Amino acid sequence: MSLQGYAFADVADVRERLRETGYLADEAIATTVFLADRLGKPLLVEGPAGVGKTELAKSLASAVSAELIRLQCYEGLDEARALYEWNYKKQLLRIQAASNVSGEAAGDAGTASWQQTHDDIFSEEFLLSRPLLTAIRRDDPTVLLIDETDKADVEVEGLLLEVLSDFQVTIPELGTLKATRRPFVILTSNATRELSEALKRRCLYLNLDYPSAAREKEIVLARVPELPEKMAESLVRIVRALRAMELKKAPSIAETIDWGQTVLALGFDTMDDAAVTSTLGVVLKHASDQARAISQLKLGAN
Amino acid sequence: MNLLDRTVEFTAALRRASVPVSSAETVDAARAVGALGWADRDALRAAFAATMCKRPLYRGAFDSLFDLYFPPRIGDGVVLPEEGGPAGEQRRPGEQRDGDPSELTPQEVEALRRAMRDQLRDALLDGDDEKLRDLARRSVSAFGAAQNGPGQRSYFIYRVLRAMSPETLIADLLAAMLGDDDRGGLEERIARQTIADRIRAFEEMISSEVRRRMAEERGLEAVERTAVKPLADQVDFLRASQRDLVELRRQVYPLARRLATRLTARRRLGRSGRLDFRRTVRASLATGGVPLETKHRPHKPHKPELVVLCDVSGSVSSFAHFTLMLTHALREQFSKVRAFAFIDTTDEVTRFLRGLELGDMMARIASEADLVWFDGHSDYGHAIEVFAEKYPDAVGPRTSLLVLGDARNNYRATSAAVFRRLCGQARHSYWLNPEPRSYWGSGDSATTAYADLVDEMVECRNVEQLQHFIERLLPT
Repeated sequence: MSLQGYAFADVADVRERLRETGYLADEAIATTVFLADRLGKPLLVEGPAGVGKTELAKSLASAVSAELIRLQCYEGLDEARALYEWNYKKQLLRIQAASNVSGEAAGDAGTASWQQTHDDIFSEEFLLSRPLLTAIRRDDPTVLLIDETDKADVEVEGLLLEVLSDFQVTIPELGTLKATRRPFVILTSNATRELSEALKRRCLYLNLDYPSAAREKEIVLARVPELPEKMAESLVRIVRALRAMELKKAPSIAETIDWGQTVLALGFDTMDDAAVTSTLGVVLKHASDQARAISQLKLGAN
Repeated sequence: MNLLDRTVEFTAALRRASVPVSSAETVDAARAVGALGWADRDALRAAFAATMCKRPLYRGAFDSLFDLYFPPRIGDGVVLPEEGGPAGEQRRPGEQRDGDPSELTPQEVEALRRAMRDQLRDALLDGDDEKLRDLARRSVSAFGAAQNGPGQRSYFIYRVLRAMSPETLIADLLAAMLGDDDRGGLEERIARQTIADRIRAFEEMISSEVRRRMAEERGLEAVERTAVKPLADQVDFLRASQRDLVELRRQVYPLARRLATRLTARRRLGRSGRLDFRRTVRASLATGGVPLETKHRPHKPHKPELVVLCDVSGSVSSFAHFTLMLTHALREQFSKVRAFAFIDTTDEVTRFLRGLELGDMMARIASEADLVWFDGHSDYGHAIEVFAEKYPDAVGPRTSLLVLGDARNNYRATSAAVFRRLCGQARHSYWLNPEPRSYWGSGDSATTAYADLVDEMVECRNVEQLQHFIERLLPT
């Protein structure tokens, strides 16, 4: 419900315009994005690392030609970093400047000038706008990406609620600032922590998992067009087999693409034992994972 | 019944399957349908999932119920003109009478079976989900039905599977996928897995088709209860099947990480450490000597220690599997974990936790660790004594002690005094008990002797309860 009408005409439009930016969306992704646009609700995207959650937000921003504003969450993120902060140092300078003037003038002007100063130092000039505030105050199309929400402390979720349900921010000294144009909000989470019910209720939910074999092959071919189709297919099959193992870090889509580029650069023409063994480091970045993959795929056994 | 009523009933069914759906979310779902229309079933599913199913855990129940409440087609599905593609495709020889195998001669049934197996082979080879679903539907109508009583039909999964027997196609599929030259190599192993995955998907399609047919015959409510499996976090540890355990494992790892943070959190209450006077004064120069921002020294890194003492006897074998799984997961999170397993005597198993796969770990613990002293029946008393004697330095003031077991002691001595001393030495002590609280203290259960000695004894029968336990460990 961006105040200027909807960004997308229908689900097919979502998919087409995302495709133009290089993001291949499946039915569920396209539908959910479309709904987020129509219902004017934030979209919470959850899923394992490296399935393209952040990528979705970036592509969306370029598909609707909006500015991407990103709030990266981390442990210890607080209001001052997420919402706004007063510029203390500048305020202090202002006060000192004022006291110099009133010192010279002396007498009864003092009280009036204090009132003046007080009004001054809590004005826009001294407000440092952080991502959330910036996003809701913009007049141009905006995609607000709140990345890795699960990394932030629980209190930050409370902070987000006002922004997400009413698209407004309350600053005690200035009053409530309401969005003039609703940003398209995307929250991502790796699900390391269960987000609160209240937050989830305000969002649409999309559980993004590793893509189907066919879609992943398409993605790889789109990014590494010189890779022979047969190679891409067996590459994707191997990656899927790796993901089915219990690894510390399952290969992400980006790593599949890297792998495609690597085998292409090294000039392998089939994905045989030798090719896989020598390039395994591109997709598996723990020694124990590599050892496990080698033993489970029985690499080098024959 | 119109579709909106259906939606409301679907919501109610979700709630019955313990998927929480608030009224605000129901309203969202209705608005979503308003924006999308009813025409596209996949879009409808995505819309409902986006608005009403907000944890991956619920997705299984959600999908089963969605298939029941919004079936893709009714009856055999061939009568509806808009389903199943162009009418011509439905009428290949041997197919047009799919719906009523009772009118076919045995030879014709056999011919039909062969024809459909060929189609299945092609569909599995292409990995074409649409074709597979269509085949699942047709094979259920052809082979799954059995008359039970006048006018009532039942459908059976095993009948369909026996007729189609997809596993016997594996050799053919492999040959088709690989050609003749690269057998035995990596390609084959990967191909095997791909095929196995597709066959499993096909079997899943058959069972959902059977459920749908049954729902039509018997009414939704009758099927609903059996169609929806209990949520993974409510599966009882003591009754978990092999398949459940795989699912449990996926859930336990993040929980272990959270347990680790909870147990260390008490130390980290303040966001920063002691005041760093020098840096504070230095920083205040920028603001004319007013110390606006205080600077702090960083925390000393906290090194939590965990001692896990777990019962691995036969009576709790599923639970033991889980406890070792939890311990294995914890080892990656804590700086120092020592794990001790016991049946009637105790041995340290920390060395098996390192870098081994869970399956190997279990096997090695069973074969190499010294856990049986007398007769291989649980003896908590002796186990605790041995633990205190052999490892006097294991439990110290920085240790969290975690005991995992059902405290079924076979009426033996409890060594409560020794255990009291151990708990006194530890920083925290918790006991997770896989038995329902109402059984505690009955028969040979020694919970009464131990419950008061630990900080807390908790009933922990499923992942949900484990999760609650971890939530409650929040620093207060």
